[in-house]
Amino acid sequence: MTDKKTETITTKIWNETPEPDNPFAAAACYCAGYDVYGDLLGKASYIEYLFLLFKLERPTETQAKLLEGLAVALANPGIRDHSVRAAMNAGVGGSTNASALMAAVAVGAGNLNGGREIYVGMEYWNQCGARIDSWENLILNPSKCERVSVWHEMEHPPGFDPNGVSCPTPVKQTLSHLASISSSGPIAWLHGNREDLEKITKIPLAMSGVASAVFFELGLGSDEAEMLYLLLRLPGAGVHALEQKKRGVKYYPFFGDGLKLQDT
Amino acid sequence: MVAPLEQYENNWETRMGAWFPGETVVLRGKDVFNELSNSRWVENLIYAVIGEHLPKLARLLEAIWVMSTSYPDPRLWNNRISSLGATCRSTGVLGVAASAAASEATVFGLQPIKSALDFLYRLANDMDGGSEMEDFILRELKKHRGVPGFGRPVVDHDERIEPVLEFAKSMGMADGFYTDLALKVGNFLAQSRYKYQINIAGLTAGLAADQGITPEQWYFINTLCFCGGFLPCFIDAYDKPEGSFFPLRTDVIRYVGTQHKRSWE
Repeated sequence: MTDKKTETITTKIWNETPEPDNPFAAAACYCAGYDVYGDLLGKASYIEYLFLLFKLERPTETQAKLLEGLAVALANPGIRDHSVRAAMNAGVGGSTNASALMAAVAVGAGNLNGGREIYVGMEYWNQCGARIDSWENLILNPSKCERVSVWHEMEHPPGFDPNGVSCPTPVKQTLSHLASISSSGPIAWLHGNREDLEKITKIPLAMSGVASAVFFELGLGSDEAEMLYLLLRLPGAGVHALEQKKRGVKYYPFFGDGLKLQDT
Repeated sequence: MVAPLEQYENNWETRMGAWFPGETVVLRGKDVFNELSNSRWVENLIYAVIGEHLPKLARLLEAIWVMSTSYPDPRLWNNRISSLGATCRSTGVLGVAASAAASEATVFGLQPIKSALDFLYRLANDMDGGSEMEDFILRELKKHRGVPGFGRPVVDHDERIEPVLEFAKSMGMADGFYTDLALKVGNFLAQSRYKYQINIAGLTAGLAADQGITPEQWYFINTLCFCGGFLPCFIDAYDKPEGSFFPLRTDVIRYVGTQHKRSWE
């Protein structure tokens, strides 16, 4: 206990009132003015609540459908995805479940199909909007930071797959589905201009490119988009880690003859 | 068209090293059991990053870590994550790993550690071209609103400067061009209207630059530099009742959002 004035945490998102018998327990919790457990629970969908947390406003029907569609598309990046492989590597060795998700977040945070790619992709959207000439200019002349950062410079245009040959069917299906929900925003523009953009980048659109377009259409900032992308990709990592945990290292690739040590 | 990744399928060619199951381990061309077995751990870390045996740098680095990046104070933001992990009875590795990840911060930690070294190299390069130190610093301030390695949250003065500098002097490693340059930048900024003083990232960047370390190498070498502070914080909170680490009552929240209650209809 101290007599000094209590330090506070300032927030626009969350407020609480205490239980009468315990100031360390909340009796009511409010998110952007909504009583979460007294009113919102049972009425709002998970996706609507997720949107509310990030935007502090309820989504429109179109916004909720867009986010719902993207959330399904991202929920399991697939068993070959780097972030999912990272989670499975934790699982297969019997590591803690939390470490599997931490591994997925860490590996899925980078410039290649990760959170950072979304962040940079949002910067492209903010700079270029729905103007193909601006995209062409920025893709061909990407800006470089004068200062170093813990992040490396992008080695490919954000939202496109440097190892791709043609746009994968799931990416096209997702883009097409989302464009059918919102027919006049950034996602529809991307749908209509995908092939032109791919002619400029010379590599195909990736799921991260679809995600950035949705986040931009939802009005998220770059940091918020990166964070939401990191969150939305975790379910697949979690279940694949658990599955491999049960199977064990004997049934998981070791690349036994794949490593070739060269002379130094 | 051949898929670009086909050439890498089950094919990782490396000079870095490998384990030969049941036989030995090789790191950067050296047999670990026969050629590296006498290395200190930090020497080995530096060898892994740089590929050179630098025992003197390793000793300096250990001293820097002991004196400047292993504070056992749970109020420090990265340390506090370990304490929170312990008070919630998470595991030690999870707490420490999360603390290490959060040490890649902007106002402290790995970002300034890397950027400060980069700053000194860019400054020296600019001075080589005939520019004045002061002009470059002012341009940096104008453009980025700060100079990495100078200025500090919570307090202005960095108590680590003197003991680390003394240790570096005792090893004959404090009289290089870049260490001198870092101190000169600190003096200039301290006397400017910004009142920024040199911090430990600025000083150690000077020391590292005098050893020819690149910003990328310095970043990798320092990846785990704060771990010495995480563990005491974790253990301390683990030894106390669960949930007791700096508990927050509801009125710690200063709510500045929408004031009217809304109904989800």
